Amino acid sequence: MGGHSPCASCKLLRRRCTKDCPFAPYFPADDPHKFAIVHKVFGASNISKMLQELPVHQRADAVSSLVYEANARVRDPVYGCVGAISYLQNQVSELQMQLAVAQAEIFCIQMQQDPMAMPTPQFDDDDEGSFLLQHNLPQYLNFASSSSNVIQESFKKESPFGRDMVS
Amino acid sequence: MMNSTRCAACKYLRRRCSPDCIFSPYFPPNNPQRFLEVHRIYGASNVAKMLEKAPVNQRAEAANSIHYEAHCRIKDPVYGCAGIITLLNQQINDAQCELAKIQAEIAALNGHHADILPPYQQITDASSFANYPVEGDGAFPATHDPSFPQFYLNS
Repeated sequence: MGGHSPCASCKLLRRRCTKDCPFAPYFPADDPHKFAIVHKVFGASNISKMLQELPVHQRADAVSSLVYEANARVRDPVYGCVGAISYLQNQVSELQMQLAVAQAEIFCIQMQQDPMAMPTPQFDDDDEGSFLLQHNLPQYLNFASSSSNVIQESFKKESPFGRDMVS
Repeated sequence: MMNSTRCAACKYLRRRCSPDCIFSPYFPPNNPQRFLEVHRIYGASNVAKMLEKAPVNQRAEAANSIHYEAHCRIKDPVYGCAGIITLLNQQINDAQCELAKIQAEIAALNGHHADILPPYQQITDASSFANYPVEGDGAFPATHDPSFPQFYLNS
C-alpha cells in the first residue's frame, strides 16, 4: 500500500515519483542539491533526454559529470568548467616544453661525454601538439587571458566545424 | 514579413529577432550548427539565462564556453568536458613523472644529487577530478576552490 518516497527530482518538480522514474536511481531524496543544480543549468527534460540516450550502465557516470559541469557553471557563469580545461591545457603545454628542454639537455650532455656514441634524441612525437587535437576536439588555449579574437584563432585552427567563434 | 537577418537562434525558434535579442550577438545566422548544439544540450531558455548571468562584456566568452561544453557533451555523452579534465590531469601526471625521471638522469650524468632542478609545481586545481568517474559522486572538485579564480586575475 505504501509507495516509496519521491526522489529529489520528483520532489522538486512536484510530481508523482513512479517506480520507473528515470531520475530516481541517480537523484536520491537525501541530496536535493544535486538535482537542483543540474535542473538549473540543463533543465529536467534535457537531463531526461540525455539519460534516455545512454545505456543504463553509463547513466550514473553521466549524471556525475553533468553535476560537475553544472556546479562549475554556477560557480563561474562565464567559463564554467572550460576554465579548468584552459588552465590544464596551459600546464600540459608548459610541461611539454620543459620535457623538450630536458631531453635536449640530456642529448647535449651525452654528446659531451661521449661524442662518438652519437645517441639519437628521444623526442616523443606522440606528445607533440595538444591532447585535444589527438582527440579531435577544439582547443581552448589561452581563452581566459585573451580577447575573443585569440579565442577565435585557437578555435579556428583546430575546429572541425569552421567559424564558430564570434567576434 | 520576417526580417531576413534573424540570428541563428530566432531562425531555429521561428520567431522574430528583436533588436535586443540576447542571442543575436553570439549566434550569427551564418552558423546555425552553433546554436543547434547549445540548444540540444541546454535548451534555448537555459542558454538565455546563462548569458544573462554573465557580465555584458563577457557574454561572448560565456557563449563560446557554453558552446564548447555543449559540443564536448555531444561528442562524449557520458563524460563531456569532465572527461577531458580527467584525461588532461592524467597527461599532466605522466609528463611530470617523465620530467622527474629525465631530471634525475641529468643530475646523475652531471654527478649531482637528484633535486638539482626545482620540482614542477604540483597541479592541485582540478586534480581532485583525477579519479573521475566516481560512481554517483558528482562532488564539486577543487577546481573552484578559493585560490583558483586568481588564475583569471592574471589576464
